[in-house]
Amino acid sequence: MVTEEQVWSALAEVPDPELPVVSLVDLGVIRSVDVHEGHVRLELTPTFLGCPALEFMVRALEEKVGELGTEADVAVIQDDSWSTDKITPAGREKLRAAGLSPPAPRLVQLRSQVHRCPHCGSTETRLENIFGPTPCRSLRYCERCRQPFEQFKTI
Amino acid sequence: MNELLLGLADDELVIGWRDSEWTGIAPMLEEDVAFSSIAQNEIGHARAVYELLSDDADALAFDRAPVEYLCAPLVQLHLLDWGHAIARRWLYELADEIRIAALMESDDARVAGLAAKINREEAYHRMHAEMWRERLAGAPQFRAAVDELWPYALGVLPRAQRESLAARAGREEVEPGVRGVHDDAFAELHEEMTMVRRSAPAGAQW
Repeated sequence: MVTEEQVWSALAEVPDPELPVVSLVDLGVIRSVDVHEGHVRLELTPTFLGCPALEFMVRALEEKVGELGTEADVAVIQDDSWSTDKITPAGREKLRAAGLSPPAPRLVQLRSQVHRCPHCGSTETRLENIFGPTPCRSLRYCERCRQPFEQFKTI
Repeated sequence: MNELLLGLADDELVIGWRDSEWTGIAPMLEEDVAFSSIAQNEIGHARAVYELLSDDADALAFDRAPVEYLCAPLVQLHLLDWGHAIARRWLYELADEIRIAALMESDDARVAGLAAKINREEAYHRMHAEMWRERLAGAPQFRAAVDELWPYALGVLPRAQRESLAARAGREEVEPGVRGVHDDAFAELHEEMTMVRRSAPAGAQW
């Protein structure tokens, strides 16, 4: 019989479809895993409601649990329980290493409006566009190392 | 069916379609990206609210006759110039913020939770709208567009919330546009918006 622990470690291998450097567990979008009499129930909290990768994520999670020899129900939770604070420390580091600036804790970030360049660490960066390649990202430019970079929107 | 929520969902769906009309033709590349991204968010909000109201969100979004949509006239207007597009975005976000804040206080936990989620995303739409309002504040075309669209903006909100909108916009209340009344441009939009659904009623696959 599959355990919750086994499910969590399997899910840690499911990459985010749009940011494959992090897993869905790193991103903190799996709110809960519940195993009851061999049946698995997952709660998935979308980053943005209009995220086009949402259905893809649901299918990827179902397939991954399927590999453990059982079936999963994935419930998409439409409330504000996900925020960028749910991204795990490991997830933040992976984002930074991939050139994507992770947000500081929500309350600090919203107040400070300081964004550090993921390449050189400078805080001399400016906003180029609030919107970027996916709903969860903005575009910034580093004045010091003269590199553009993407920033994860604080929500 | 909750008419307030259905009106909200219809507004978000229709403004999402209208904003997406700038994809590829906005005055600058950044705005192609911004309008496309905003449109995607708004349609995502529409889907989430339709899902609260029904087990079949697509049926609710695309199987109704044009007269059954409860969207406000502001969102359905077919605007051809940038000044009007920005005036609408700014006025719409001002109005939307007021009604979303009210829904966050709902006794229904699902409604309040969803409204809080939507509010976090809309914060970025407001930043975008406010940035453009500041940039265009001195332009006569923009001021004329705001004047023209103001009655429509009031029509986004129920009577009790209009005073708050007038205070935020720094304008007087006037006779508002009436929700659920559609023009020919909406009929055309409906035709286009429901095309895929009509051609593949069982659900299109990509």
